[in-house]
Amino acid sequence: MASGQPAGGILLVKNRAICVSDLGADLRRETLISNADPLDFLSLLKPRVMSLVVFTALVGMVLAPGAIHPVIGLIAVFAIAVGAGASGALNMWYDADIDAVMGRTAKRPIPSGRVQPGEALSFGMILSVLSVMVLGLATNWVAGGLLAFTIFFYVVIYTMGLKRRTAQNIVIGGAAGALPPVVGWAAVTGGVAIEPMILFSIIFLWTPPHFWALAIVRKDDYARAGVPMLPNVASDRNTRLQILLYSLLLIPFGVAPFFMGFGGWLYGATALVGGVMMVWWSVGILRADDEDRLKKACWSLFGGSILYLFAVFAALLLEWAGGFAWALLREGLA
Amino acid sequence: MSAPQETEGLRLTDEEKARRARRNKAIGFGVAGLCLLFYVITVFKMGPAILSRPM
Repeated sequence: MASGQPAGGILLVKNRAICVSDLGADLRRETLISNADPLDFLSLLKPRVMSLVVFTALVGMVLAPGAIHPVIGLIAVFAIAVGAGASGALNMWYDADIDAVMGRTAKRPIPSGRVQPGEALSFGMILSVLSVMVLGLATNWVAGGLLAFTIFFYVVIYTMGLKRRTAQNIVIGGAAGALPPVVGWAAVTGGVAIEPMILFSIIFLWTPPHFWALAIVRKDDYARAGVPMLPNVASDRNTRLQILLYSLLLIPFGVAPFFMGFGGWLYGATALVGGVMMVWWSVGILRADDEDRLKKACWSLFGGSILYLFAVFAALLLEWAGGFAWALLREGLA
Repeated sequence: MSAPQETEGLRLTDEEKARRARRNKAIGFGVAGLCLLFYVITVFKMGPAILSRPM
């Protein structure tokens, strides 16, 4: 039974069950014949999010004590990336109705009618199973299990459970995005330790200011879609204070790897400067006294936060690469 | 059994046929890639032990 209006060439069906024989010829055609190109399926994987997952998982892997064959390591990163992509596809399947009414997401493959919801569901499920299987077989089942949990958390807990119900959606749901370094670490060691949990905390605390900065700018979009993002349900001041609070918390967690000894001076300096910049941008949002300034400050924090996360993880990777090259050089000289 | 009538069912346009062919190729490459992936995992996980088995 159709419950939504046709939008962008696709009939949105709330319970996703269509009695095809009841549809007109045009609609039958749109329902039965796929219009998808292989590239549409690729965009279901949210490639930009995937790149961040790959990067943070890789850092988790290289920091882990122990050795992994480089080819197996590459396969593990690939499996983690595909798992993240699969959860993105399942998220797009479930959220097709709200994606259709939001400017930022209306052109995604399902709301634009290029990919059928059922195709996205099958695609996401198949890739989820395969990615977990490949990671488990290539490395170990702790890593495989953690990847399965990450996909479950993102799709079932965040997308189906939290997103439309609570303003804490991205705070709790942020755990899914924060898990890749833990999965990467487990792929090498077969377990979890305090170090990857610190990396987890950094991404976890980074998520609210990053997404709430975007949510302030896209407030109308979220209101139209009925998603209770914090700026839509709390006062402006409350949202801005919470953004500042999470940014402040990010500083001690950000520099923790330096004090715990698995981040060097380059990392320590990057995390400290980056953390201070996050607070600076958050204060900019708190102090913005008109709409234009607020939007500008939000975009600064949104873009700056991406730069922050990239910089701190890149610093860890650079330090590891430097140490690795130095060890090789010493071995060559000896 | 009689042959299906030409008027029955939906007929694909050339563009739809081309898209289906591209999707089929992508699935083919995907399956081939998966076979290769499992082959590589087997070789690198087992190493030389891959040859040590009772004959």
